[in-house]
Amino acid sequence: MSSAPARLAIDIGGTFTDFTLERGEKRWTAKVLTTPEAPERGVLEGVAAILATAGLAPGDLALVIHGTTLATNAIIERKGARTALITTAGFRDVLALRNESRYDQYDLNLMLPEPLVPRDLRFTVPERLDNEGHVLRPLDHDAVRALIPALRGAGVESVAIGFLHGFVNPTHEEAARAILAASWPELPVSLAAEVAPEMREWERFSTAVANAYIQPLMARYLRRLAAELAEIGVAAPLLLMLSGGGLTTVETACRFPVRLVESGPAGGAIFAAHIARAEHCPAVLSFDMGGTTAKICLIDGFVPQTTRGFEVARIGRFRKGSGLPLRIPVIEMVEIGAGGGSLAGVDALGRITIGPESAGADPGPACYGRGGVLPAVTDANLLLGRYDPERFAGGRLKLDPARAARALAETVGAPLGIDDPALAALGVVEMVDETMANAALVHAVESGKGFAGRVLIAFGGGGPVHAYRIAEKLGIDRVLIPPGAGVGSAIGFLRAPIAYEVVRSLYQRLARFDAVAVNALLAAMAAEARGVVAAGAPGAATHEERLAFMRYVGQGHEIAVPLPPGELGAAEVTGLRVAFDAEYTRFYTRPVPGSDIEVLSFAVRIATSAPSPGTVAAAPAPWHARAARGQSVRDMAHGEKVEWSVFARAALGPGARLEGPAIIAEDETSTLIGPDWQARLLASGTIELRRGGELRRGGDLRRGENP
Amino acid sequence: MSTALARIRLQVMWNRLIAVVEEQAQTMIRTAFSTTVREAGDLSAGIFTLDGRMLAQAVTGTPGHVNSMSESVGHFLRKFPAPTMRPGDHYITNDPWLGTGHLHDLTVVTPAFHGGRLVALFANTAHVIDIGGLGMGPEGRSVFEEGLYIPIVKCFDAGQPNETFFDFLRAGSRLPVELEGDVYSLTACNEAGARRLGAMFDEFRLGTLDELADFIFTSSRRATAAEIARLPRGTYRAEIFSDGYDEEVRLAAAMTIGEGDISVDFAGTSGLSPRGINVPPAYCRAYAAFGIKVVVAPEIPNNWASLAPLRMVIPEGSILNAPRPYAVSVRHVIGQLLPDLMMGCLFQAVPERVAAEGSSCLWNPPLRGGGAISGGARGNRPALPDFEVITFNSGGTGARPARDGLDGTAFPSGVRTMPVEATENVAPVVFWRKELRPDSGGAGRMRGGLGQVMEIGTKGDQEFACNAVFDRVAHAPRGRAGGGAGAAGVVALSDGTLLRAKGFQIIPEGQRLVLKLPGGGGFGDPARRAPEAVARDVRDGVVSAAMARALYRVHLDAAGAVDAEATARLRGEA
Repeated sequence: MSSAPARLAIDIGGTFTDFTLERGEKRWTAKVLTTPEAPERGVLEGVAAILATAGLAPGDLALVIHGTTLATNAIIERKGARTALITTAGFRDVLALRNESRYDQYDLNLMLPEPLVPRDLRFTVPERLDNEGHVLRPLDHDAVRALIPALRGAGVESVAIGFLHGFVNPTHEEAARAILAASWPELPVSLAAEVAPEMREWERFSTAVANAYIQPLMARYLRRLAAELAEIGVAAPLLLMLSGGGLTTVETACRFPVRLVESGPAGGAIFAAHIARAEHCPAVLSFDMGGTTAKICLIDGFVPQTTRGFEVARIGRFRKGSGLPLRIPVIEMVEIGAGGGSLAGVDALGRITIGPESAGADPGPACYGRGGVLPAVTDANLLLGRYDPERFAGGRLKLDPARAARALAETVGAPLGIDDPALAALGVVEMVDETMANAALVHAVESGKGFAGRVLIAFGGGGPVHAYRIAEKLGIDRVLIPPGAGVGSAIGFLRAPIAYEVVRSLYQRLARFDAVAVNALLAAMAAEARGVVAAGAPGAATHEERLAFMRYVGQGHEIAVPLPPGELGAAEVTGLRVAFDAEYTRFYTRPVPGSDIEVLSFAVRIATSAPSPGTVAAAPAPWHARAARGQSVRDMAHGEKVEWSVFARAALGPGARLEGPAIIAEDETSTLIGPDWQARLLASGTIELRRGGELRRGGDLRRGENP
Repeated sequence: MSTALARIRLQVMWNRLIAVVEEQAQTMIRTAFSTTVREAGDLSAGIFTLDGRMLAQAVTGTPGHVNSMSESVGHFLRKFPAPTMRPGDHYITNDPWLGTGHLHDLTVVTPAFHGGRLVALFANTAHVIDIGGLGMGPEGRSVFEEGLYIPIVKCFDAGQPNETFFDFLRAGSRLPVELEGDVYSLTACNEAGARRLGAMFDEFRLGTLDELADFIFTSSRRATAAEIARLPRGTYRAEIFSDGYDEEVRLAAAMTIGEGDISVDFAGTSGLSPRGINVPPAYCRAYAAFGIKVVVAPEIPNNWASLAPLRMVIPEGSILNAPRPYAVSVRHVIGQLLPDLMMGCLFQAVPERVAAEGSSCLWNPPLRGGGAISGGARGNRPALPDFEVITFNSGGTGARPARDGLDGTAFPSGVRTMPVEATENVAPVVFWRKELRPDSGGAGRMRGGLGQVMEIGTKGDQEFACNAVFDRVAHAPRGRAGGGAGAAGVVALSDGTLLRAKGFQIIPEGQRLVLKLPGGGGFGDPARRAPEAVARDVRDGVVSAAMARALYRVHLDAAGAVDAEATARLRGEA
């Protein structure tokens, strides 16, 4: 056995807990059912299983990396601690009043998300700061003290403290915490000024409250898991995956568990970023399509796009504004309620609709034959001939095309007057692909990015099925389908740097930039982040990235502009102005004359250096792959049946080439190669698709076939 | 290509067109300067055929723009016929009668070319923060006092800014940089739409939008007619009252549901006001259409064909058909009551699909301070720095047949409010209180949404002014089906002195402005509300124990739990 260090990733999802173990070039994977009431049980079971398969002992592990949906699920299912909020007098209802708007203009029966803290647990105390942090009204210490019996009486288990403008001057929040701690030291307290030190009281309080809500649960779980891993002999450090794509220690995770909320999907994006780096693709769109949703992420320069906030627990068809806002660093992903199990229908205008309702695993799509009668996306793909009904999921699940046809005929065909259920299926699949492509388009616009030269990396069960068509709609000519797509998130955990990001608001105008204050702030932020990173990776080389969030004075949306390294002075400020104008023009065609520029906040991220990309393995000698069989598939352009060649992925080695239309089948998914596409297997085992004869134009395919 | 495939392809293109206008709207939100656009979302964006019929509109926060913007494009085409348009041209107006009803709304129209041919028009509308004149408020006696009046002109000519236009624009506003920036934002927004449309033409190898337009209009017309056909035919009458400026205003409607169309006659509505609460007819049509659509056909996108079956007859001389040059600056206080009026009619036809009346009119306090209020100094002490700021706030919405109303939430307007922290960073104001208003939701089987209480001062409690534009102070939102009224609004000083609901007023030094926003009306008999829901309201402090007993007939024990026996007795069920 090689002496390379063994590293284990554990990803707890809603249904399954995935494990990936790597040592040197070898990789093992395992899946166990998640045990929600005591998640560490499933984890320990899986750890034992995967170690046994690999022939390793617990003591052989050098690192354990963990990501989990437990925090998200606790919020969605409302299973967190009984939490109270202490806030500024006169502002008891910031969480309930939100931004006073409705996320759907035309739904008269609209429901809004309930705050995590009900009104009877929202307490106020006299105090008030102004926008510059000056005290307008001092904190009433007695009023804080007087709350303690009420909090105890109400059975409160965790407290968030959030005061207006508290992020500018946290002394009132800190004083209130000290008063609580003096007589109730074991009470967990989250300060808004520490959890999310940024302007906008609703988002900040909402984040602090979410942190308080999941903190007791997550801290108990993480400490238990660490202890039990140690007990079975795992001596390796345990690190946690953060929603922003970095790793952190158990201690930091226990303080700020809200930063764990999107860790699973973050792993998927890092997985895609790693593939991008390995294959030297600087501009990527990752597309992860599972059973109920699809997730899209832009990855430039091998780094997934990040943002400073998102919404958890959306209640209105994944619509913006229907969830609880969290202000944390997070990998920016668009989530669309359209996966393989999503149900198709027809609206009042005779338009085909997809999702967000899902058939789930039970009853599942109609073709599963488990009682589902409504057509799902999987039914439509089956009717188009894209799946072999005898070989789906490695042949473990026999699909019934007759049931799929009936469901599509009744729900989609009949209302549209389409007699052939396969054409109804074509409409459903086309609408799914269009929905994904439109979501990607609008997202790219919001990010000031385009698709020219971009590579699509598709994974998840449905990603490789839909990838080529979405690429065509976006004008993308190259698609990569990596191996191991089923456990992509867990593999991603193993590729993540140890990293921590700190964001702070400090208002500045470029015309009167206080370089001394900004330099001091940036240094303090860097020290804080460095401390967290050093705890997880003692002595490792790190690098620092700094961003300023800027806009023209009077605008409402900031653009992130990177700061140069080192102390900022007059020259750097001038450089910032130029950089902002350039960035703004890139987004919106022309700069705005005569406007000063303001900076609202700064971000500092410290990360261990990513592994060097290495050289791409020499292109393996090309060889012409032979189809295992043929399959009759509907062509998306004219709806006719066409014979597609089918290849088994397991039978394709590096260098294998084939031309579309074709299908590369494997147990977890199928990769479709459209009529205008070619495919080859790279040295890494990744499938590469190219459109419009690029491989042929490159000459090597023809040479490979006809030397 | 088979007809089924052709149909699917058209559906795909329709979806794409909706994505195009959403992108257009997003671009404006991200580039706009006025808080009204970027924070509140008071804007709209759409694409039009060359003869001015709206194909698709982004779903944004403003029913008032629903078909007023749609009508506007026709006015542009009359002045600048399509054949005269060139690439890089942008046309602008804020004429209340050619646009969306007041001078604060700028409308920009941009031709989209593909392969050298004009293929579509993009239009957008945004509410800017300042357009000079008296400022946003009811005090004007004619439109000329209300601000800079921009006829339909070119703001960009073949890509070049019209510097003469921009000179006039900058000179006419208190916030010239922001206003100019907003015009740039509006043009960037239409350009984004035109760019994406070009890509769509390439991908689908289109020469024109004719076939797609035909498909959109046919599908929409058929679907709207089908929804209308589900309603019981007949004529339904309702009325509603606004506080008006200095005398109450009656809005009356007779809605006739016919075969495939709905017409509304506003006969019986009060006459014109001498102040800026008059409503231009396009704005009346917009809010009335929204009130009907939200009940009858909420899923059908707005376009020329889905709006066409909704016809309005608005008598001349009524406050809903204001002619030029009547003052119209705050036409929303009247206009936003129209959905309640439409629902008053529809309640008689489909009671289970209609909400009770809500606070409805936005309670946006336009605040001003500094030199314009206090001169350079008052009492030899420095005045506040000049400021002009507005926040968008709302009371409660009406209860729904199966759900409570929403607390402190905008309806029918869909705008968002700004964070207090952001407002305090742009003006020297201090919000001392902004929280829910207990006992303000109308009692009912379903409770009306709660209003809120706001207390606003300045730093150092110096004097400032509020140009009040509030309603529902004299006429509280009514319940339906036996539900009670929501609490009426209150406008006062911190010492309790009542202020007028409309008009420019000074908040003297040492005082603060106290606004109590109305609650929504209740739906159904309060004595049939689930006792547990009443207990929770009492525990949350939004309904008093006294109200619980008197209106809801629920008896709570000392711990706040429902006393089932006593409650049954109170309800006469024992």
